[in-house]
Amino acid sequence: MNKYVKKYLRNDKLAHMWCPGCGHGIIMHQIIKAIDNLGLDKDNICVVSGIGCSSRAPGYMDFDTLHTTHGRALAFATGIKLANPDMKVIVVSGDGDASAIGGNHLIHACRRNIDITTIVFNNTIYGMTGGQFSPTTATNDLASTAPYGSIDRPFDIAKLAAAAGASYSARSTVYHANNLEKLIEEALQVKGFSLVEAMSMCPTSYGRRNKKGTVSDMLEDYKETYININAFNKLPLEKREGKIEMGVFKNETYPEYTAEYQKIIDRLKGDK
Amino acid sequence: MSRENLVLKVKPEWCKGCGICVHFCPKNVLELDEDNKIVIARPDDCIKCGLCELRCPDFAIYLEGDENEDEK
Ligand SMILES: Cc1ncc(C[n+]2csc(CCOP(=O)(O)OP(=O)(O)O)c2C)c(N)n1
Ligand code: SF4
Ligand code: SF4
Ligand code: SF4
Ligand SMILES: [Mg+2]
Repeated sequence: MNKYVKKYLRNDKLAHMWCPGCGHGIIMHQIIKAIDNLGLDKDNICVVSGIGCSSRAPGYMDFDTLHTTHGRALAFATGIKLANPDMKVIVVSGDGDASAIGGNHLIHACRRNIDITTIVFNNTIYGMTGGQFSPTTATNDLASTAPYGSIDRPFDIAKLAAAAGASYSARSTVYHANNLEKLIEEALQVKGFSLVEAMSMCPTSYGRRNKKGTVSDMLEDYKETYININAFNKLPLEKREGKIEMGVFKNETYPEYTAEYQKIIDRLKGDK
Repeated sequence: MSRENLVLKVKPEWCKGCGICVHFCPKNVLELDEDNKIVIARPDDCIKCGLCELRCPDFAIYLEGDENEDEK
């Protein structure tokens, strides 16, 4: 058996429930590789999720895990982190979970800069419930709730997190899996809120309706579409059409929430 | 550990036949059988690059090394 699977997954729960070719398994693989690279203490990691296909990941991951309610993973994770400031807290969330129903929790977790690493499994659709559009569905894409094409403009989750005050934000894709692993590894080392947006294919609820071909075709699309942010910024405007930036959008140090909270505790104890 | 010592392995019971590993293998080593399960059709051509393992969503193909023997 794959050594990471042996060490970090609940083998009795496999094979997992995801559809053939679903990108979510590739992301879960990169998360456990990143954890292994850093030699983190397995018994001091808590993985928290909301609801969705993506949010099923912690069920397979052999750490302390919590499967919560739709959109609320960050609220639960905030509580866990405040009660256990030394614990490594990782949130796993879908694009719908993180940016629709949980969008408010997301921006405020970023603003507080609480030391949590969030991995957004972004397949630009509500996979689990059959393909309703999410806040990241591209304009004109088809969804069960947009049979003539979505007229909404999508959120850019990595940029949203950066603007909302997160210390670290980055994006990669399951095609660029080695790069994704490195970004997750980097995010896990940040003292503050870190987010990695991982673009993932949902052949069942998105690919089929949007005639995206096979899952391998969808991976080839990621290869074509996503380019490093520095290369993107050097492109003349007309060449940027159809391209999307990936890489690190932000990596800065700000006061971290649990540390600031501890300062208050220490100060009040000192006053007595 | 050098790449030559790695052994390419499959776990067909976890394979869902998505074809990603077949598509991205640079040496055309892999095939799906009539049950849509992974088979190592041309093992001698494998260069042990690990691209199949990297993007298999189901952990159903991987390179195994001696280093794993003593792990639980
Ligand atoms: C409060 C609440 N509202 C709605 C739902 C129905 N629901 C379940 S999963 C989901 C969306 C999942 O989409 P996403 O987070 O993108 O995850 P994916 O399945 O695509 O990985 C919705 C709307 C729910 N479970 N709870
Ligand atoms: S519905 Fe989509 S997101 Fe859910 S398991 Fe299937 S492919 Fe993955
Ligand atoms: S290790 Fe590389 S060459 Fe060998 S089967 Fe996998 S992808 Fe093909
Ligand atoms: S990538 Fe994995 S699940 Fe897909 S065909 Fe290959 S071995 Fe099977
Ligand atoms: Mg989704």
